[in-house]
Amino acid sequence: MNVILIAVIVLGAIGLVAALILFLAAKKFAVHEDERIALVQEQLPGANCGGCGFPGCAGFAGACVKAADKGSLEGLLCPVGGQPVMEKVAGILGMQAEASAPKVAVVRCNGTCESRPRIAEFDGARSCRVQQMLGSGETACAYGCLGCGDCVAACQFDAIHMNPETGLPEVDEEKCTACGACSKACPRGIIEIRLKGLKNRRVVVLCNNKDKGAQTRKACSVGCIACQKCVKVCKFEAITVANNLAYIDAEKCKLCRKCEDECPQNAILSFNFPPRKPKAEGTPAASTSTTAAKTASAGIKPVAVEAKPVAVEAKPVVAKPAASEATAPAGATTDNPKVEPAKEQEA
Amino acid sequence: MKPILSLSPHVHGGDSVQRNMYGVCIALVPALLASLYFFGVGSAIVLLTSVAACVFFEWAITRFILGRERLTICDGSAVLTGLLLGFNLPSNLPIWIIIIGALVAIGIGKLTFGGLGTNPFNPALVGRVFLLISFPVQMTTWPVSGQMGYVDVETAATPLALMKTAIKTGDASLLSELPSSLDMLVGQTGGSLGEVSALCLLLGCCYMLWKKIITWHIPVSILGTVFVLAGLFHLIDPSYANPVQVILSGGMMLGACFMATDYVTSPMTAKGQLIYGVAIGVLTVLIRDFGSYPEGMSFAILIMNGFTPLINTYVKPKRFGEVKK
Amino acid sequence: MKTFHIGGVHPAENKLSAASPIRIAAIPKQAVFSMFQHIGAPAVPVVKKGDEVKVGTLLGEAGKGLSVPVFSSVSGKVSKVDAVLDSSGTRRMAVVVDVEGDEWEETIDRSDKLVTFKDLGGITSAEVVNRIKAAGIVGMGGATFPTGVKLMPPPGTKAEAIIVNAVECEPYLTADHRLMLEKPEQILVGIQLIKHAVNCPKAYIGIEMNKPDAIQLLQNLLKEKAAQYPGIEVVPLKVKYPQGGEKQLIDAVIGRQVPAPPALPINVGAIVQNVGTVYAIYEAVTKNKPLIERIITVTGKSVAQPSNFLARIGTPMQQLIDEAGGLPEDTGKIIGGGPMMGRALMSLEVPVTKGSSGLLLMTAKESRRGEVSPCIRCAKCVSACPMGLEPYLLASYTRLKDWDGCEKNDVTSCIECGSCAFTCPSNRPLLDNIRVAKQTVMGIIKARHMESISKK
Repeated sequence: MNVILIAVIVLGAIGLVAALILFLAAKKFAVHEDERIALVQEQLPGANCGGCGFPGCAGFAGACVKAADKGSLEGLLCPVGGQPVMEKVAGILGMQAEASAPKVAVVRCNGTCESRPRIAEFDGARSCRVQQMLGSGETACAYGCLGCGDCVAACQFDAIHMNPETGLPEVDEEKCTACGACSKACPRGIIEIRLKGLKNRRVVVLCNNKDKGAQTRKACSVGCIACQKCVKVCKFEAITVANNLAYIDAEKCKLCRKCEDECPQNAILSFNFPPRKPKAEGTPAASTSTTAAKTASAGIKPVAVEAKPVAVEAKPVVAKPAASEATAPAGATTDNPKVEPAKEQEA
Repeated sequence: MKPILSLSPHVHGGDSVQRNMYGVCIALVPALLASLYFFGVGSAIVLLTSVAACVFFEWAITRFILGRERLTICDGSAVLTGLLLGFNLPSNLPIWIIIIGALVAIGIGKLTFGGLGTNPFNPALVGRVFLLISFPVQMTTWPVSGQMGYVDVETAATPLALMKTAIKTGDASLLSELPSSLDMLVGQTGGSLGEVSALCLLLGCCYMLWKKIITWHIPVSILGTVFVLAGLFHLIDPSYANPVQVILSGGMMLGACFMATDYVTSPMTAKGQLIYGVAIGVLTVLIRDFGSYPEGMSFAILIMNGFTPLINTYVKPKRFGEVKK
Repeated sequence: MKTFHIGGVHPAENKLSAASPIRIAAIPKQAVFSMFQHIGAPAVPVVKKGDEVKVGTLLGEAGKGLSVPVFSSVSGKVSKVDAVLDSSGTRRMAVVVDVEGDEWEETIDRSDKLVTFKDLGGITSAEVVNRIKAAGIVGMGGATFPTGVKLMPPPGTKAEAIIVNAVECEPYLTADHRLMLEKPEQILVGIQLIKHAVNCPKAYIGIEMNKPDAIQLLQNLLKEKAAQYPGIEVVPLKVKYPQGGEKQLIDAVIGRQVPAPPALPINVGAIVQNVGTVYAIYEAVTKNKPLIERIITVTGKSVAQPSNFLARIGTPMQQLIDEAGGLPEDTGKIIGGGPMMGRALMSLEVPVTKGSSGLLLMTAKESRRGEVSPCIRCAKCVSACPMGLEPYLLASYTRLKDWDGCEKNDVTSCIECGSCAFTCPSNRPLLDNIRVAKQTVMGIIKARHMESISKK
């Protein structure tokens, strides 16, 4: 009897002491959490995909509250929930949601192994930052891609990979969340986080070389030589040349692709456009490519001009296929626009 | 000509992993010869099996389980692990036990953690301690030295076992049965392969110091600590063996010169190495004198291996121009 | 024998050109003068295309803040003022001169006659510093820090010892060694001038034991003319790299350790000057000659005649190689400077600058680094580091992008001597990684500093 009693008392006492310690610890080390974080988190999709660049939805919610205290939700976007979710989040935090158009990482260098001869050989830690300390690196271009893949290592979403053939990184637009990690990792600032553009269509100067034209031309066959031709041809003042380098403002660009045709260095490229009309149909004489291209872009131009001022998404979606159908009879082109609008609605 | 671009330094000292690993192997040659002299065929069988098994498992596991393209068997680390493991075994150990030991040493002790450079514990010791705990009888019946056979050899108690009995019974007279210090130095005692000749091991240690493969810090601090501590015990109670015999007996030399100095599992700074060495010395004496096993070296080293990351975190080298606070 | 107290390595010396006397290099056909030959703000060009210049004509005046002027080392016509590829591999502002004849400014004394300190007759210390500044002198060991600035100790500090860096611990290079053998007295006068400039009674010349002839020569001179050159002492040092590092040399010679940055050598009372700089100071003060030429070692195992040249600044490297027997066919790497801290060059078009101590051509076989294997934690980098850092740890923190860890482990103290990568048995690119970390952490510290200023 006595034994049982002692055991009960001792164990009970231990339990009480432990409970007291736990109670005090809970009081002392209580973590005060902003209630808004939980509220914001409720609005998020809860997929914990990390697409926003934060560890899970809770992390993003915390970041939103912190940012709201600082006064702006700029740069924060849940790529899964998109604009509607961000508006709700902004509502909870008493903020105005940023009208954030979807963005994507764009590698602004097209200096492939062919177009940019290697004049030296790099031997050392495989890191762009290390190579950057050696001046212009393996090629004569002091601005182009170094090819060691610091951006690939920085990407958490497996969205950027080196293409072994070109020696350049390629962005997987589906996976890219525009978090900007690759852009920060690039010691030469080649990667731009750019507006995705209408139907993912973009016209970009794929060059970052700020040397004078003659020097650029020596280093790379597709480098921007700042000839200003694109500036002259652009009707929307979207292109500026600074430091011997042309830049297309994605907000002003109307995707007419005239500059692309005009560029003598082929430094301006367009993405996600339907294939152009085969040029065989055009004049067989000299300078076929430019004339054919010009007629092609002339065909698109009126549509673009017409569509833009309205600035509604529905209209160009309807209008553009008409244009592309007119210019290109191939079946593949008509498929393209059908897929893309669906994607846009999802996003 | 395409010039090669790299950051400085543009020259290299010419040191390599192989040079260090095979350097240790060369340093083990005197002890190897001694073991052949004292144990004959048995020694050869045990060492060959151990080295072959270690190299085989290193190759097989990296190739087929880890699927690595680059093979690491040429860097000499597996050979070294095999040699050290063999030196820790008695000369009449059955081959299948040796192979199990090699598998544990290489597979669990080393490659589980990612291979050379990332293992927290000395692989050879992991193998040995695994065998010691799993097969205590086979691992502690030591053939008397001077027998050339492999099976059916005469076994006897080692000096360490005698010392242990002396402490347990408190009978100092037992210690008079110990071989003389000179015999222990040259190698007229029973024990595992690498334990017999302290002199040969010391020779190897001097070679490594000369070739700058290791620094003096770890061996000196271990041996010094053991000497002082064992001397203290001996002074207080003569039933504890005298310090010279303690240092010359068992795996003390092998442990202090070859096992504890393993690059991967020992601290990075001189100060840290001294702390590590002193701690191993203290632990060894404590285990030998008060623990249930007669030998404490391998346990002491493994325990301190576990503390190495901690030592590395808190013991920093003296920075240039650092002002003492 | 004295030496520094932490770490150090022993690279093979390979002083191939130690026995070849200084040769005067031919005047180039075209000379390129970069405006970025020193640490700090670039010089600002004051000439334009078509201008006639003489040897010693000012081409670029010192920029704002830390900067020095640049002078022409040739006479002729300016052909362009434009960005030109320099030894760092980037395009930077430079003045290019097409050479015609060899006409010197009249103010320069071209005679070889030794001018002693007495001959100058009571020159003030301020005047000495002014002449040094006006001559565009920078540290000629390779760091290219403006010398005039170094000779004006900040308030609260006092120079107690001038230490002349004649260590030349870089393998292959022999420019300083030859200079000491051929111009010993000029160097002693130069040391007197520095002592006078900063009012310091004591000067030491630190020379490694691998140059016994130079040690002997200077010691004999000082013994013979003890009255003429008081307070100067030759300190023979044990051969160990990087003894020529400023901090290591101070530790070796006077046994004081400069604390971590931002502390400067002057905080422990020391001013270190390279022996080449001392000679330039002598020429600037006594002969009124700006820094327009320097001694450069052109060497390499397969170079026909490893030589030491007295070359005009702006001379293309290609020309020096031609004079040394041409570019060997098996060249794999061209290094401006020594093999431990030098810079790999992309082309031979780059000109000699104020900081070019050597041009080393390595054979293709030596040029490539060994295959990298995993770190075996042998701790050899830790014992080799002369700054008492843990290179293995810094390199792995860099891989993990743990800049905090790097900062806590004093990455900013790294002097980039390369001892860690030199000694690593696994051929790991330790210094490559540590440089990245150092750069990043410096950036973080600077940003933090700016933030704290803006908050105030």
